[in-house]
Amino acid sequence: MSLLSVNNLNIAFSTTDGAVSAVNGISLSLNKGEALGIVGESGSGKSQLVLGILGLLAQNGKTFGSVKFHDKELIGLSQNELNKIRGDKISMIFQDPMTSLNPYLRISKQMTEVLMLHKNLSYAEAKKESIHMLDMVRIPEAKNRIDMYPHEFSGGMRQRVMIAMSLLCKPDLLIADEPTTALDVTVQAQIVNLLQDLKRDLDTAIILITHDLGVVAGICDNVMVMYAGRTMEYGSVNNIFYNPQHPYTQGLLRSIPRLTDDSYSDLPTIPGNPPSLLNLPIGCPFQERCEYSVEKCSIKPPPLVSLSNNRKKACYRESVQ
Amino acid sequence: MNEPILSVKNLKVHFPISKKGTFFQKVNLKAVDGVTLEVFKGETLGVVGESGCGKSTLARAIMRLLPSTEGTITLLGKNLLSLNKNQLQNARKDIQMIFQDPLASLNPRMTAGQIIAEPLKTFYPNLTNNEVKNKVSQMMNLVGLIPEHINKYPHEFSGGQCQRIGIARALILEPKIIVCDEPVSALDVSIQAQIVNLLKKLQRELGLTLIFIAHDLSVVKHISDRILVMYLGRPVEIGTRDQIYKNPKHPYTIALLSAVPIPDPELERKKVVQILQGDLPSPINPPSGCRFRTRCPLAEKTCSEIEPELKEANSGAMVSCLKFS
Amino acid sequence: MSVIPTTAGLNKKTLAMQTLNKNLEVKGRSLWKDAFNRLSKNKASVVSIIILFLVSLAVIFAPYLSHYQMEDTDWGSIGLAPNFSTLHFFGTDDLGRDVFARTLYGGRMSLMIGIISSVVSIVIGITYGATAGYIGGKTDDIMMRIVDIIYSLPFMFFVILLMTFFGRNIFLIFVAIGAVNWLDMARIVRGQTLSLKSKEFIEAAHAGGVSSAVIIFRHIVPNILGIVIVYVTLTIPQVILTESFLSFLGLGVQEPATSWGVLINDGAQNVTVAWWRLVFPAAFLVVTLFCFNFIGDGLRDALDPKDR
Repeated sequence: MSLLSVNNLNIAFSTTDGAVSAVNGISLSLNKGEALGIVGESGSGKSQLVLGILGLLAQNGKTFGSVKFHDKELIGLSQNELNKIRGDKISMIFQDPMTSLNPYLRISKQMTEVLMLHKNLSYAEAKKESIHMLDMVRIPEAKNRIDMYPHEFSGGMRQRVMIAMSLLCKPDLLIADEPTTALDVTVQAQIVNLLQDLKRDLDTAIILITHDLGVVAGICDNVMVMYAGRTMEYGSVNNIFYNPQHPYTQGLLRSIPRLTDDSYSDLPTIPGNPPSLLNLPIGCPFQERCEYSVEKCSIKPPPLVSLSNNRKKACYRESVQ
Repeated sequence: MNEPILSVKNLKVHFPISKKGTFFQKVNLKAVDGVTLEVFKGETLGVVGESGCGKSTLARAIMRLLPSTEGTITLLGKNLLSLNKNQLQNARKDIQMIFQDPLASLNPRMTAGQIIAEPLKTFYPNLTNNEVKNKVSQMMNLVGLIPEHINKYPHEFSGGQCQRIGIARALILEPKIIVCDEPVSALDVSIQAQIVNLLKKLQRELGLTLIFIAHDLSVVKHISDRILVMYLGRPVEIGTRDQIYKNPKHPYTIALLSAVPIPDPELERKKVVQILQGDLPSPINPPSGCRFRTRCPLAEKTCSEIEPELKEANSGAMVSCLKFS
Repeated sequence: MSVIPTTAGLNKKTLAMQTLNKNLEVKGRSLWKDAFNRLSKNKASVVSIIILFLVSLAVIFAPYLSHYQMEDTDWGSIGLAPNFSTLHFFGTDDLGRDVFARTLYGGRMSLMIGIISSVVSIVIGITYGATAGYIGGKTDDIMMRIVDIIYSLPFMFFVILLMTFFGRNIFLIFVAIGAVNWLDMARIVRGQTLSLKSKEFIEAAHAGGVSSAVIIFRHIVPNILGIVIVYVTLTIPQVILTESFLSFLGLGVQEPATSWGVLINDGAQNVTVAWWRLVFPAAFLVVTLFCFNFIGDGLRDALDPKDR
């Protein structure tokens, strides 16, 4: 039985410029202890997807479809019921830790509050548990540091505090939205290490949203590639990286500069720009930038078809080896 | 070797800030503290380092957008820091800048054409509207924009296109050297490659010299001929691309390179990251001696006493570390 | 490859290309246009704009709308209640003057004071605030301390002083109100300028050799205009109220000239015998103030849609 299963999820926003459909018929499932990477460019709907799953969309956003967590339907739950699940069974970390830490409260207060609320611990117990968590994310001198304010930590430390806080209730699912984007490489490496350890030691399922394919390669078991609100390709990390099937995934992997590449030649690129969600082309959203696009692509968007060994792709093109 | 187009000697940029808890006492935040570098015609100098290392401040000091405290910046034989207002204005024609945030670097109330034309109109106010428009269209073509979009506003373009507008604006005065401050870090992966290729193409076709500042070591490797690695306001290692990437000497360069994520699951999971202990020290009160010693795996007692100079290591790169002198 | 345009070498072909290009050029959609579109979808604002437009028209063409002139005394009908047979739509006051005519003329005065004072405060405030914020440092310190000092002068004291030295004069009311209002404007503009100053497009303009004065007026002012406009729509009603208040104290507009404030003051004193002298001017004032506020709200939403 999977921990989280999302079925045909659609998210639409009503804006003054018209309705924008940010997520289109996404389905995914996630098992305990599994790490799923969601990769996509800005506007691909990857952040909106998880916000929709958690019921945290902006006011003008609407979710359709089904999100089952532990077999319980999340869509349509009241904010109160969702609040019980969020923070307890599912927690989320964001790109900018300062947006989710209250700058006016000590870390100890913010951390114990969560435990006292969700786990009914006493203050002393909660504080002990919090210190333990800070130790676990390798905050040096956690005992003393716990009484400090968020601004007294460096960027990387804040992100670690955030992760510690999100793990307090031992969630089954951790959703990380670009957790390393705002960090320097050396700090990023530490956070990636930390997430790897968590997955191994606590058996936490992780959804990692990022545009950095290197980070995905390090942490995730499976990868979902999104473009303009649709799944383009889904598969195990090895399959996606070593044998990408969708032209977009292929282009994406080719266009990243690599440390192992010594040539001075031009990078292969994906031509053009991502489409505006306000007027998506009919058919495949990637058709205008795709080197293989044929007439069929502009008529109907290709459905997501299952291939062998747990792979899926949305492209009319024949699979290549 | 020929004369450098730009040479910076012992440049220091200090910002006076009020000391915590006092009213009038000022202390100096040493954002850039003794940088020396040379850039030669037609090459790309990459500048890498983590946030707080002073690379953006260095760019702005070279552009004279920020006042420098000490040192010289010599552009084509003229010291920018000793020029008067008119001379500086003239010198600006030769050095232009590309910014990090594609949208924030464009005035939202002006059209693409107005933005690109602004430097041209400032320096050549006598040009007719037609001449200006011609040149703007030419520039838009050159950077891969459709000239028919001349009257569109920045918010109607995508991030990559906005960055192209910024590049066209920097190119319109036909500068000799362009300072690029993290020009691709705010862009999507598929757009990054387009912009990097564009910069390389422009360099080939126009013989431009580039200073390319970024924190992404893979991108810097791809575009640079030589690389300067900075830490806490000072250079730690300068060398050619091969020297820095194939045979890094300074412990900081080694740690930095080991931390770069590799988009390859097997390599990424096998790689050994050299984790740096502790946090970046404050640039107000940097450590004595070598600035990296508080986090350096090789640090010894002498490192806190002697400030290392840039010296040639056996790789041929200039390294600022006592272990290599 | 050379990129230098040689206009001398422009042959017919390129000229033809140019005209062709001109036809193909895509028209841009400026932020102002966007904002206008959003504003036009806001019902409350659109209705307010229409009402305000009608009120302004009525006030401007007052002499043609009213059968009576403001100062004319109708000896036959003193203290008359509103009726249509005598064409005193809003009745008359105790001197037999037509309340309808006086309300319109009063509106003329009130709106004029509101708009002129606001314009004065915008011009001074933007220039002063943008300059202080842009130059920064010591100049900014000194300029803003001057604002603080003027701000700390009691407004009433200032007005009374002006009146005693220069005598009562409508012009002085403009000066007095404008002199206080530009201070707020200068502070707002300075704050906005400070945050804009660090934007990259200002740095880009610097790098492109653009002079400070041009940067202020081409890059900074257009980008703070949105907030300024919103602030103005909220200032105008405030100024109108201030004038009413001054008139109430007898420091404002003097008879026989009138304003809504004066009329309401008169009306309030006679409300037991002639309700119409209070109700009509007050209704006009209230409706106008409401309109300005709705427009201000609508503009704020239209100019900065993210803030909602």
